[in-house]
Amino acid sequence: MRSNLNFFSDEKFRSIFFQTLVIGLFALGIYFVVQTTGYNLEKRNIATGWRFLSDPAGFDISFSPFINFKSTDTHLDVYFVGVLNTLLVSFCGCIAATILGFLVGIIRLSSNWLLVRVAYIYVEFTRNVPLLLQIILWYSILIQLPRVKQSLEFLDTFFISNRGIYSPRPVFETGFSYVFIAIILAFISSFIIRRWAKKRQDETGKQFPVLSSAFGLIIILPLLLFFIIGSPMSFDYPALKGFNFKGGMVIRPEFIAMFLALTIYTAAFISETVRSGILSVTKGQREASASLGLKKSWIMRLIIIPQALRVIVPPLTSQYLNLTKNSSLGIAVGYADLVHGFGGISLNQTGQAIECMVIVMATYLTISLTISVFMNIYNRSIQFKEK
Amino acid sequence: MKKLLSIFAVTVFAFSANAGTLDDVKNRGFLKCGVTTGLAGFAAPDDSGEWAGLDADMCRAVAVAVFGDRSKVEFITTTGKSRFPTLASGEVDMLARNTTWTISRDVNLGFEFVGVNFYDGQGFMIPSSLGVSSATELDGATVCIQTGTTTELNLADFFRLNGISYEALPIETNDEGKENLFAGRCDVYTTDASGLSSTRAAAADPGKWLVLPEIISKEPLGPLVRHGDHQWGDVVRWSLNAMIIAEELGVSSENVDAQKSSNVPEVLRLLGVEGSYGEMLELAPDWAYQIIKQIGNYSESYEANVGPDTPLEIARGLNALWTQGGILYAPPFR
Repeated sequence: MRSNLNFFSDEKFRSIFFQTLVIGLFALGIYFVVQTTGYNLEKRNIATGWRFLSDPAGFDISFSPFINFKSTDTHLDVYFVGVLNTLLVSFCGCIAATILGFLVGIIRLSSNWLLVRVAYIYVEFTRNVPLLLQIILWYSILIQLPRVKQSLEFLDTFFISNRGIYSPRPVFETGFSYVFIAIILAFISSFIIRRWAKKRQDETGKQFPVLSSAFGLIIILPLLLFFIIGSPMSFDYPALKGFNFKGGMVIRPEFIAMFLALTIYTAAFISETVRSGILSVTKGQREASASLGLKKSWIMRLIIIPQALRVIVPPLTSQYLNLTKNSSLGIAVGYADLVHGFGGISLNQTGQAIECMVIVMATYLTISLTISVFMNIYNRSIQFKEK
Repeated sequence: MKKLLSIFAVTVFAFSANAGTLDDVKNRGFLKCGVTTGLAGFAAPDDSGEWAGLDADMCRAVAVAVFGDRSKVEFITTTGKSRFPTLASGEVDMLARNTTWTISRDVNLGFEFVGVNFYDGQGFMIPSSLGVSSATELDGATVCIQTGTTTELNLADFFRLNGISYEALPIETNDEGKENLFAGRCDVYTTDASGLSSTRAAAADPGKWLVLPEIISKEPLGPLVRHGDHQWGDVVRWSLNAMIIAEELGVSSENVDAQKSSNVPEVLRLLGVEGSYGEMLELAPDWAYQIIKQIGNYSESYEANVGPDTPLEIARGLNALWTQGGILYAPPFR
């Protein structure tokens, strides 16, 4: 009895014991869930397995900008269309939310009373209204736009209706590949110039106009080449034929509603993160750099932002993850994302609920972990490096 | 550990023991019936908030068969997508929800269709201002389509077969379809012809909408239960059959009491005067009498909910009795 007591008073033993117990219970729980599910599926004669993935889907998906999807394609193709659509709206949303979030965060610290108030109201309103309602609100507004036959038109090239925004589609002709190569070369040389300029500045203190030379290389050089070889690009203009516009490019209201709602909602959170990041840099830093005679824009760019980023990036990562996961609400307005297409229609047509949900969850997990990995690498690169 | 495992084993057993739906329903005291989120004529709350419609009557008929009381039913709304999991998980005892009987649903999903309470087919509805008179002229149109339905698959097949293109606008519920069609987000709404009639009846100006003549599929709609519980399947099947047979025999809610002294043997068997069919089903002897008394025969339910005198204005057509040019047919009551 006494030795037993001693055993438990050993901190190391106790900690191992309880950890093993918790892991054991957890494993037992998982085992229980899997067993019960399997048992019940069998009892209800519900067929399981992954074979359905190679069966033809039988339905159409209209919003598939990357893959030309037909109803004879398989459920696996439905999955890929869904993943790409999820990534598309998440990617666009993350970029736009970051830009808007930084802008609003900085505005809230400005001295303009009106701007500060407007930004404050925006942040408080969007943060405190459920995202789903905002998505539905945007969609309801968008489908109240004029009908397709009464589209608003701009210069006979852009058409706006409740079927989306139609714009001309660029058609690349032979020879355009040279322009494309020129753009890539311009990017590479700008990068080399930047490194060279930094090295020269470190050694001699002389500065080189990196930004304007990069601009010249990336924009003007390919543009010149484009005209020299005779503009190898034309446009395919949308035109109203029958029921819909034919030709051109279209951005659907479902996408716009999702993009706007996700961006505006997440940007409100990001702006608060940015504000707290900037406020975390002590006043002394600003004063010290000012006393060195640095320009105001330099103080922000070279002193404040790099230090603020250390505070901003970790919560920013979780905002990116939130945005990506929130894109699954696209189902509310029929945006053909992963949950709507594969996790919804395929699931329902095949009845393979568990298989579809496992795949969908694993996909979100993979996307989220990938975002985290890249953000962590970035985070490490901006951390304070102790010499 | 042994004790723990046996507790788990008991729980597993308790979770999975769901044979005997009839007993479960009797013990619970009311029937849980899965219906649509609202489709006038089939299942939708009426002016007084009571569920009404052909499918709602189907639910009530089963409740009457089990309890002898048409009010002993809880209506649970399901979307096209949620209906099957809802039934499979045991959240409802049966579905009467405009559900098409197909082989994959019958076999692969683990359900059992017990009959057909409405023979339907998929059609198209458009604004009459579009000037379209046939579905083959719909090249390039945007089509509103309820996801997770057989109509979604038929639609793809139809356009593929005719070599014309379309853009699908996926929607979840009939209301969403209505909203998008009326706003002009889509040109065409496609679903079962009965559903289109119901949607058209709900429009502000029904004359502005046109249901195209093409019927592109067979859609036998019927109630279904979980596969494997044959006793319960029989109860639902014969509740439906009793209504059809009653129409065939000319027994209605009005003359049912007088018919008890009929000299037609099948009428007497149906009304429980002769034979012990109620006992075989583990129901009261007068279960079918009560269905006819409280709900009516098939014809009464049809005429009250979807027939020519209702806003839906659907003629009997295929849904007439086999003796009257339709295909409605129930096995003999003996």
